[in-house]
Amino acid sequence: MTDKRYIEIVTNPGTVKLEDIPVLEYTDFVTFLDLVMGEEGTHCVAYFVLPQPGYYRFICCMAADENHALLVFSHIQHIDPALSLPSITAKHFQFHVFEREMHENFGIDFAGHPWLKPVRYPFDRADQSQVMNNYPFYSIDGEQLHEVGVGPVHAGIIEPGHFRFICHGEQVLHLEIQLGYQHRAIERLFVERSGILQQSVLAESIAGDTVIGHALAYAAAIESLAGITVSKNLSVERIIALELERIAVHIGDTAALCTDIAYQFGQVVNEALRTIIINTTQLWCGNRFGKGLIRPGGSNYPLKPLVIGEVLKNLKEVEERYLQVTARIFSLPSVLGRFEGTGKVTTMQASLIGAVGMAAKSSGMYRDIRWSHPFSAYGDLLYEPVMLHKGDVWSRAMLRKKEVEKSMAVIRELLKEITNYELRITNDEIVSPNYDLQLAPSSMVVSLVEGWRGEICHVAITDDEGRIVLYKAKDPSLHNWMALALAVRNQEISDFPLCNKSFNLSYCGNDL
Amino acid sequence: MAMIFEEINILRRHGKQFVPDLRSAVLPGIFRGRPVISGDITQAEAETVALLCPVGAIAVNSGKNRSDQAVCSLDLGKCVFCRECEFSLPGKIQFTNDHKIASNVRERLIVSSGLEQPVSVDPLLVRREIRSLFKHALKLRQVSAGGDNAAEMELNACGNVNFDMGRYGIEFVASPRHADGLVITGPITQNMAEALQICYNAVPSPKMIILCGSDAISGGIFSQSSALNREFLRRISVDLYIPGNPPHPLTVINGILDLL
Repeated sequence: MTDKRYIEIVTNPGTVKLEDIPVLEYTDFVTFLDLVMGEEGTHCVAYFVLPQPGYYRFICCMAADENHALLVFSHIQHIDPALSLPSITAKHFQFHVFEREMHENFGIDFAGHPWLKPVRYPFDRADQSQVMNNYPFYSIDGEQLHEVGVGPVHAGIIEPGHFRFICHGEQVLHLEIQLGYQHRAIERLFVERSGILQQSVLAESIAGDTVIGHALAYAAAIESLAGITVSKNLSVERIIALELERIAVHIGDTAALCTDIAYQFGQVVNEALRTIIINTTQLWCGNRFGKGLIRPGGSNYPLKPLVIGEVLKNLKEVEERYLQVTARIFSLPSVLGRFEGTGKVTTMQASLIGAVGMAAKSSGMYRDIRWSHPFSAYGDLLYEPVMLHKGDVWSRAMLRKKEVEKSMAVIRELLKEITNYELRITNDEIVSPNYDLQLAPSSMVVSLVEGWRGEICHVAITDDEGRIVLYKAKDPSLHNWMALALAVRNQEISDFPLCNKSFNLSYCGNDL
Repeated sequence: MAMIFEEINILRRHGKQFVPDLRSAVLPGIFRGRPVISGDITQAEAETVALLCPVGAIAVNSGKNRSDQAVCSLDLGKCVFCRECEFSLPGKIQFTNDHKIASNVRERLIVSSGLEQPVSVDPLLVRREIRSLFKHALKLRQVSAGGDNAAEMELNACGNVNFDMGRYGIEFVASPRHADGLVITGPITQNMAEALQICYNAVPSPKMIILCGSDAISGGIFSQSSALNREFLRRISVDLYIPGNPPHPLTVINGILDLL
């Protein structure tokens, strides 16, 4: 007997007909959600509102990691300015950001939500009286406490965001993060600009440090909606690009972590190593961040023998030098003194907030889309995530080092599988991108990718003519910003830059 | 003692990473720099790629006076360097690896068909105080206003061990009070408009403005977004436009050096 309360998606990406997604009464929805949340390794990848004439359809996608599946179910509410639903966040805290988003976009109240605050101040927010200058910061009264406000413009060349600390002397009691400065209405643009090329460029502009991750999530979503599959070789190439991106950012972050503890030696050596990796990506496709490399249906830059040779040569060079310098970094008492025990996020906290990717894995949570919902060439790889357990800055730094090694091994493995370029030409197997794909009507696709930061989730919904009417792009940062806020509690405020860099979260990825 | 030797070993392996001459550096392999449009592109072909372009960077000149006008032009201030027009018309449009594409004149970013000339700074139009005051030491404050953080990463790379912009006395500083000008990245969102203005006001005069990246120059792929507020640009004059998606560090550094 199959459970009629949900529809299961067992592929990644996976497309379902909108009419096949069960609609539950809200109380049944919550009961079923409680049941799902009771299972090991389940977490919410998307929960959003699809506005329909006269009603809102709330669609929830839960990842069941152990079963390598997604469970999708929904509820419907009539559009009413006074709409108020009992909050799910009150029971399952990881829903806090999804309910906040719906509240901000549509004015829906969630009774019992502990923290119904703005997420990104979208231009079309329901309550236009909410502006950047009147964010409702949490405050504590006390003669010995003071507040520190930082941003939106920060000391370095980084993105804007505002951090408000409540401190007792040097000690941070509470940090609240206000975002939205980078909001450029990307999800809306996906609907307004219907061309697949335009959308591809948009996808790679969601977060410049995750160009490949987001472009891949988009391309896979579109291909699934169009009902096409790409060649094995192209799948392999995409994962090589994704892992090069991971290596580049992880090495860059190793440099930045050294910067924040004034260890200039570690900084300059790692910066130079990152340069080698991103220059390899440029050699491949003409752009250091891989813009233009991932496109639906095909590729403008099939891997040629010359590039493969450079990738292998540069990986060897970078690996030897990276291992040499990280061996040094992780043995210096002055480094360990700053990294160890700083900015701890416990497994319990990570689980509660629904942390994903690096923030989860460094806190002992087994969560990696490459393992739980394999996509593209990961289908054949049986990837085992790198795990660490202490949840401190050291763990997040060490996780980077270990993932760099692992990604290099993955790339070498995959390069062996790429068919000889000449043979691919002979087989007529190299195809250009396809910008004229016809998408399945009245459908929803969910596409998950493990970017370097963690789980990227793109959801697209089409109308009865196959046009995209709703696009949801989720960067892992959406979940993980809360991890940073928790990490700095009871820390010295001077450790904030270090904690911040250890997560290296995306502002634009959150603000969209 | 042994520890020192370890670092010396790493440094020996590290070698010299800096690009010795940034002014004449050539990028290896493929790089999407200044495009060249062939003079024999037809109007029909130009119209096809104009339609294809995701950001409307290609303009087709139709009309009676066509004989003395180029068939089409490509605006680098809008271009996201996706290279799709080249793939669509190989041989007619080609993105060269010329990374020097910055100019102080907005119109100079427009590449016309049949006219192959480099993008350059017009020295006559550079404000006098820029060269007299900032030539040997230029401190810049960067403001990120809605970009995707790629341009920011490249600006950071300008100061790294490879590009070492500091060798020319050009540096990014933490406070607008210490700065001689602003480098703006991103299409300027509504939510960042006020902070950008405050930051601009905090820079002591005389000050210069650099727009870095196609999204800063024209809005780029976000130009149609309802969440932007680009009024700031109407109130100020821009001293340098640096196109790119994102601009390469060599584009940024050479552009600034040409201006000084």
